[in-house]
Amino acid sequence: MLRSISVDSLMPYFGVVILIFAGSAFFPQVLSVDYLTQQLQIAAFLGLLATGATIVILLGHIDLSVPWVLTGAAILSTALVGSGNPVLGALAVPAALAFGALIGVINAAGVAILRIPSMVWTLAVNSMLLGLAVLNTGGFNPRGESSELMITMASGDLFELPVSFLIWIAVSLALTWLLTRTPFGRYLRSIGHNEKASFLSGVSTPSVLFAAFAIAGMCSALGGVLLAGYANQAYQSMGDPFLLPTIAAVVIGGTSILGGRGGLFGTIGGALFITLLTSILSVMQIGDAWRNIIFGVIILVMLLFQTLRKGAPA
Amino acid sequence: MLDYVRSNRREVIAGVVLVVLLAGYIGTHPRGASTYVMTIWANQGLILGLAACAQFFAVVVRGIDLSVGAIMALTNCIASYLLDGSALGIGFGMFAVVAAGAACGLLNGVIIVYGRLQPIVVTLATASIFVGIALLLRPTPGGAINYDLADAITLDVLGIPTALIITGVVIMGFWLPFRRTGLGLGLYALGSSEQAAFQSGINTKFIRLAAFTLAGFFGGLAGLYYSFVTTTGDAGIAPGFTLNSIAAVVLGGVLLRGGVGSLVGALAGAFILKTIASLMFFSGLPSLAQPLFEGMILAAAIAIGGADVLRARNKLEAYS
Repeated sequence: MLRSISVDSLMPYFGVVILIFAGSAFFPQVLSVDYLTQQLQIAAFLGLLATGATIVILLGHIDLSVPWVLTGAAILSTALVGSGNPVLGALAVPAALAFGALIGVINAAGVAILRIPSMVWTLAVNSMLLGLAVLNTGGFNPRGESSELMITMASGDLFELPVSFLIWIAVSLALTWLLTRTPFGRYLRSIGHNEKASFLSGVSTPSVLFAAFAIAGMCSALGGVLLAGYANQAYQSMGDPFLLPTIAAVVIGGTSILGGRGGLFGTIGGALFITLLTSILSVMQIGDAWRNIIFGVIILVMLLFQTLRKGAPA
Repeated sequence: MLDYVRSNRREVIAGVVLVVLLAGYIGTHPRGASTYVMTIWANQGLILGLAACAQFFAVVVRGIDLSVGAIMALTNCIASYLLDGSALGIGFGMFAVVAAGAACGLLNGVIIVYGRLQPIVVTLATASIFVGIALLLRPTPGGAINYDLADAITLDVLGIPTALIITGVVIMGFWLPFRRTGLGLGLYALGSSEQAAFQSGINTKFIRLAAFTLAGFFGGLAGLYYSFVTTTGDAGIAPGFTLNSIAAVVLGGVLLRGGVGSLVGALAGAFILKTIASLMFFSGLPSLAQPLFEGMILAAAIAIGGADVLRARNKLEAYS
């Protein structure tokens, strides 16, 4: 994890500290343990999605299928539990993860084999998943419920910390190890820098793409399972509000949108920052309109700060 | 003739696909090729078409504009205040609406060029700001547009849908002359190779600023036309249009890596996308299955565009 710490990736953590102090000036309860642990719990949902997105963005690609992979995983897992069959119920979480990996493979097939830009191919996959969900549920809210396991994963506590937060950190640590200590991680970054050069150096670039997109799909699916556990149900377009904050969390965390540079340490900070920002703005009872404006301005300011710090004009 | 087809292969393919789909649509529609059917089709197509034009200007300089839909939402909300009342007031209002769009685009351009940030993240953030301002103007959908003017612009002239006439004007009156100007050529130069363009003495900063301003300008036009079709202001229209505008330019043969494609292709792509949606509506498929088929056709169309890779002479060509 140490290796992925850079000045850029520390930025959102400074932001979090400033937000907490500024927020506590208006609302003392921001400093309470209850409020802060609740933020950790909620940040885990965005954080897991952003973890997957970081992997894909490090490759120099982007995954716009996050919303309906998340929703699909939530629908699948709650439907399996809701079927009443204990065997199917126990399979809910693994099945959702397998679903995420499958969609990741489909994403990668378009990008790696057909060489379609990931931005449009994952968008098309997203709309196909939407179509499948509509066909499957008849346009109504899907029936089903969450299992005990899913509810514990989303809302349980362990050692005074939310289980969802611990899951998120565990996934981040595992993937950081993968990114920094294995050939796969090196190949991933080198493809992000220059795919042609990586290919010419003998890296099997398609297999790296397949693995990366599958991991990202599983992260999105895990996020969906947790969200379903949190709400105790799945609902149509539950993933749509997450797409843009996910990308924002990754970029604020210092990962270059062009690929090759960045890491998961910054992404954790980015997800915490965005969750806290959203929460404090709603605690302050600021209307939807101003919340959008402030959100956009703060993201711009943080990004401009990153380039200003690098000094000399291009 | 054959040379012309070869050099405009992408636009020709998009055109052929459009004609085939349109023939299928008219064939299955119970009322056939009546002016009424064509007008509704053309109106829907032109809204997305103008949004695709906006996206085209960002994409051709190797950028992307995720704020197209947000600019449309904002200009639509502005239009719902200004486009009613005296003739002079409406004339000023139309100018103000499009100018607001161009100003949004200029803001994107300034941040991208002088802040040295990637277009995708800048427009992601500004989109949030534009939608916020739109929500300030219209927390709930409402407002009014002058009906006489809206009718004049969204119906037909002598049986030809006005939207198709506007499309023709955009192509003949704007695009064909424009692409021969220094700015028009500069867009392609910048998109093909920024370094080569810079070393040839092209003012790359100015070209990029102009490209994003033009994107905002067309976003404003799209918002204006959307206002005439729906006659209300709605701040919630942004997400659908942004994503569809990207799909439209890709279907129209514009490459996301910049420097390839044309405004004609972008318009064709938008009309293709809308025709697919309308075709679904009258195809007799169960309505619940339609979104799935729409998605599959979109994916298939994009995958066919990706079939270029099968023609690559060696494996390295695929990695450009």
